[in-house]
Amino acid sequence: MKRSARGAWPYLFLTPAIVLFTLFLAVPIAYTVYLAMRRTRVSGLGLGKGARREVFVGFDNFAAALADAELWQGWLRVLGYGALVLGVMLGLALLFALLLDSARVRLARFSRIAIFLPYAVPGVAATLLWGFLYLPSLSPIRAVLDVDYLGATTVTYSMANVAVWGGVGFNMLVLYTALRAIPRDLYEAARLDGASEVQIALRVKIPMLTPAIVLTTVFSIIATIQVFTEPTALRPLTNTISSTWSPLMKVYRDAFVTGDLYSAAATSIVIAAISLVLSFGFLRVVRDRAFREG
Amino acid sequence: MRTNRLGAALAVALTVTCMSGALVSCGSDEPAESPEAAPATAAPQGPAKLTYWTWAPNMDKIVKVWNDANPDIQVTVSKQAGGDDAAAKYLTAAKAGNPPDLVQAEYQHLPSFIAADAVADLKTETAPIKGEFSEGLWNLVTLGTDAVYGIPQDSGPMMLFYRKDLFDKHGIEVPETWQEYAEAARTVRKKDPKAYLGTFSSKDPGAFTGLAQQAGAQWWSISGESWKVDVADEPTRKVADYWGGLVKEDAIDDVPYFTPEWNKALNDGRLLTWPSAVWAPGVLSSNAPKAKGKWAVAPLPQWNAGENFSGFWGGSSTAVSARTPHKAAAAKFATWLNTDPKAIDLLVKEAAIYPATTKAQSALGEAPEYFSNQPDFWQQAAAVSAGARGFTFGPNVGVTYNAFKDGFDKALQDGTPFSAAVQAMQDATVADMRKSGFQIAS
Repeated sequence: MKRSARGAWPYLFLTPAIVLFTLFLAVPIAYTVYLAMRRTRVSGLGLGKGARREVFVGFDNFAAALADAELWQGWLRVLGYGALVLGVMLGLALLFALLLDSARVRLARFSRIAIFLPYAVPGVAATLLWGFLYLPSLSPIRAVLDVDYLGATTVTYSMANVAVWGGVGFNMLVLYTALRAIPRDLYEAARLDGASEVQIALRVKIPMLTPAIVLTTVFSIIATIQVFTEPTALRPLTNTISSTWSPLMKVYRDAFVTGDLYSAAATSIVIAAISLVLSFGFLRVVRDRAFREG
Repeated sequence: MRTNRLGAALAVALTVTCMSGALVSCGSDEPAESPEAAPATAAPQGPAKLTYWTWAPNMDKIVKVWNDANPDIQVTVSKQAGGDDAAAKYLTAAKAGNPPDLVQAEYQHLPSFIAADAVADLKTETAPIKGEFSEGLWNLVTLGTDAVYGIPQDSGPMMLFYRKDLFDKHGIEVPETWQEYAEAARTVRKKDPKAYLGTFSSKDPGAFTGLAQQAGAQWWSISGESWKVDVADEPTRKVADYWGGLVKEDAIDDVPYFTPEWNKALNDGRLLTWPSAVWAPGVLSSNAPKAKGKWAVAPLPQWNAGENFSGFWGGSSTAVSARTPHKAAAAKFATWLNTDPKAIDLLVKEAAIYPATTKAQSALGEAPEYFSNQPDFWQQAAAVSAGARGFTFGPNVGVTYNAFKDGFDKALQDGTPFSAAVQAMQDATVADMRKSGFQIAS
């Protein structure tokens, strides 16, 4: 009697979380899967009552999504874009975190906030802002460096720039916080051994930071796979970004522009699966190194 | 919000905002002078509360006039962003089972609404007012069937807007044929290498649709129980290749409409014409305020000298949701809004629309403020409107318009022929209809 009563308590405490999880995560996911296996069938003109009904089509939508060349081209574009963003953003974040952590830096507080601030600007606003800077007749930066920032090849760099600008601050903060958690006496020991600041950074700080670096990388991989805001907001300004530039843009287009919710559902499940594979794959590759001592 | 495409949260929203004639925000702020509207006949079903999705500016003021006079039918305006997004939102709401009672439906989106079974047939309710609209406009809400799916609110016949001062400066005559327009484009490039006569926008399928209509295109038609899809028909190819050629020889620019670049070019006098619709004054006054009084209007250039054809860019109707429990009340309000002289007067003054009823079109008096130098503005519009021809829109315009953007973006970027982009539109449209199971006549 007493035992079972105590056994119920944890579930009681868990109830709010379980309810919220079910309502806002499990049910929508289940509904997406349901939608992905359906399709509308129209008869005749498709006008008027009863001309359109929903039918079960099994895995047809998935097969179509996997066979869609546009989607895979989108993946390729995002891969290139992602490599660019990940490398530059995380490199800069690490550099800034190390610089801020070094004892000699001045105006640390100010710099920290200044680097973090772009993260507080919503992606759409940031992209519009940069969009104005890229446009030929409005751009002040074109006077300095006159290239077509929205050209066929440059547009990827321009987009990556927006993402890096907005993302460095967050990642820097994560890394910086992790750095502050490292016991100071390690540095002192290294200094006594005659290590320079650079050597401390490379030999002590970065190895100690590895878990945080892994964490930020996984976050960034997921964010990059889902890239949507930057290309969507830049698209009206240039003819180099198609409506299926990134996989998520294709989902949006299918669902809300061409009105095919079913294909969109199937494609988004494919995207989720690929994100899962990529982020878990990355974790698996680095796990042994990163968490060896833990 | 109209100043440029970037103004809206997601720029996409505005892309098509501008396709709708109802949108033009040059509404003056004069208060409505007549507080009483159509007298309320006792509604048997008791007070009905209706919601109305619209993006026409100041619609709440117009609806207030109705609400004050009709305590039995109370309408609440819910302001929408407009354009393709608004159509998608309505379709989603209809699918989710909670659409508004009334919705502003652009003509090109109405067939998608009908195909989704999201709008009610108003045949009996609209029988008395059918005669107030031109046959062409009425066809847009019936698709040539027996049913009536909406009440026309405004229309967007296309005209040629041009910089009179710069035409005079360069000694250019107003082009009467597209041939002359092309010649004028080359002349402008010679006289002022920084300026263009016009631009081809790969972001505005609505404008291209209107130009194709002018040339006599029939993208969709219904024959019996099947659709005929002919987006890449001969007139459309002709229009596409015409503009493609001009862009290729750099006689015409390729800056999309409603972008900051375009605004700047308009303001700086680097764009001399804009083939646009009757609602253009509102756009020009907010996007190119510096050029006020310098623009004039003429009929669109013709494909054959002596013709008088135009097409439509934008325009919308008021549709009633298929799920509303107050269909009769909703139809009554929609009828008042679009046919009552006082309501139309308000629509013209407050929402700056070009009304759909034939009588109201000819009764428009004072030219828009931006065109105060052209007192016969509305007479010109009425003359153009008489020669404007549209076509039945298909059930998947979203697909076609999206294919336009992707296809013409690519054509501009790669320098490929425009007619290939038109073929891509046709292919995408047919493939999508086949996928859904629509009956297509070959």
